Amino acid sequence: MSASAKSSSTYISLDSLLKSGRAQSEPSSSGCSSSGGSGKSSCGSAAGPDDMPAHIWEKVKNHPCYSEEAHHHYARMHVAVAPACNIQCNYCNRKYDCSNESRPGVVSQKLTPEQAVKKVLAVASAIPQMTVLGIAGPGDALANPAKTFKTFQLLQEQAPDIKLCLSTNGLALPEMVDEIAKYNVDHVTITINMIDPEVGERIYPWIFYQHKRWTGRDAAKILTERQLEGLEKLSAKGILTKINSVLIPGVNDEHLLEVNRAVKARGAFLHNIMPLISEAEHGTYFGLNGQRGPSAQELKAVQDACAGGANLMRHCRQCRADAVGLLGEDRSDEFTLDKIEQMEVVYDLDKRREYQQSVERERQAQHAAKLEAVAAAPADEDIKLLLAVATQGQGRVNQHFGHATEFQIYEVSGREAVFVGHRRVDLYCQGGYGEDEQLPSIVNAINDCHAVLVAKIGACPRDELLAAGIEPVDAYAHEFIEKAALSWFADYRARIARGEISHQPRGDARIRQGAYTAAA
Amino acid sequence: MALKIVSSMCTACSACEAECPNVAIREKGGTYIIDPKKCTECEGHFDAPQCIAVCPVPGCIKKA
Repeated sequence: MSASAKSSSTYISLDSLLKSGRAQSEPSSSGCSSSGGSGKSSCGSAAGPDDMPAHIWEKVKNHPCYSEEAHHHYARMHVAVAPACNIQCNYCNRKYDCSNESRPGVVSQKLTPEQAVKKVLAVASAIPQMTVLGIAGPGDALANPAKTFKTFQLLQEQAPDIKLCLSTNGLALPEMVDEIAKYNVDHVTITINMIDPEVGERIYPWIFYQHKRWTGRDAAKILTERQLEGLEKLSAKGILTKINSVLIPGVNDEHLLEVNRAVKARGAFLHNIMPLISEAEHGTYFGLNGQRGPSAQELKAVQDACAGGANLMRHCRQCRADAVGLLGEDRSDEFTLDKIEQMEVVYDLDKRREYQQSVERERQAQHAAKLEAVAAAPADEDIKLLLAVATQGQGRVNQHFGHATEFQIYEVSGREAVFVGHRRVDLYCQGGYGEDEQLPSIVNAINDCHAVLVAKIGACPRDELLAAGIEPVDAYAHEFIEKAALSWFADYRARIARGEISHQPRGDARIRQGAYTAAA
Repeated sequence: MALKIVSSMCTACSACEAECPNVAIREKGGTYIIDPKKCTECEGHFDAPQCIAVCPVPGCIKKA
């Protein structure tokens, strides 16, 4: 094999990615271009109306998964109508169900299409900013075509304003594209972890295809061919696609750069690189065999290296297959079958529109504040650092430190504040009292950040954060996040200039793996 | 000649139900059961029993 042909399987090491930040030459881009340097793509998840054609913006602007800006304001829900799956993944064990746990494939109550529609109508009435309904399992949406499409058909009749989307492993996708288009589904997520069967056989023990169980490299080869064929067909139909990839250290980390190029070449709209969730207690093959997930900096290095290719999504919360609410919150407990039975559901389209208009005004205010803050910021950027932000939505610094179950992470320079991810944590504050044993885990989760912006914070956690070298900041309570981040950064720079502090690099952070140990 | 589902291992994912060429599988009491009168272990239809091939739980479906 020649050196150039071999290059498809000789990967750069994760270490070299971590050092250079951007080891990848930028592929030529079509449509949405990428802006250099910062690793921020000018389209897709972080983008706004100025960055893409109007008909595409119209499709993504209220979709919390497809628009990073929208995810602060709009909510989604998943209905668990699709329990069956046609493949086995080494990171998945659908038998494990803990209601305190949040990860894909997990669900508390399976629903029939009719029950699902009832639930959607109940949620849409109670949460008017719920704009998107997805079918994401707990198995595979397209391995259960009758249930999935029946749900879509009923919803199209009864709640025509709700956007429909689905998530699939892609094995059954090529033959289903016409059916998907029939229900005006304009967002499809395909999980693609590899394009090389040698990598694939370490992720997928088997697939069920054409009445046969396939294993090893044969299985992975069929799967990757079917995934890419399905992606091409969706792109040809103008259906927007998001590619989910699970980053598995030592298995597909460097390979994801090739996946990124391959899916971008086939028209993928977004690429979402997610950390492997792996603990022995989940009972997955990877969990039981000690396969670890990536650290925060390892994840970011691969995401940054891919940022020149397909547009990158950084705000994924790896939701459960029955999640309800804004990304990062889960209100599914409020909408169990028993509770829905008791609810009086009035589906008021006008009320929903009215509410969404107020959400839109708030969102535009956030957008304007962001532009204003960026315009006012100085152009030099010799320092770039990470900030953690406690927010409960609306794009503002509006959550008490002790009430946060996740922090949003922004990469800040003098020039801009860019959303780059989030970190889940255990709740610090329980019933008014701080839980001191929770603090070290929170510090671990945001240990690569220089400061944490909060609406309010108690004296104890404040001292502990300071001791860990993370500055707690409540001076920007209730301001828009980007403006607050840039204001804090300007102040930070001023303090350095005055010689009060010196800029020190931070360490790595840990991506939280297990179930919530404290009630959220 | 028939197969049966070990109900304590069944996750009720329903994958086997759709694959059975004899329509021998249905839900009962939160898990799935195989009607032994209808099950042919897929003989004459496929090389291997379809329910076993698609079931995500090793050992969940075995000879009755």
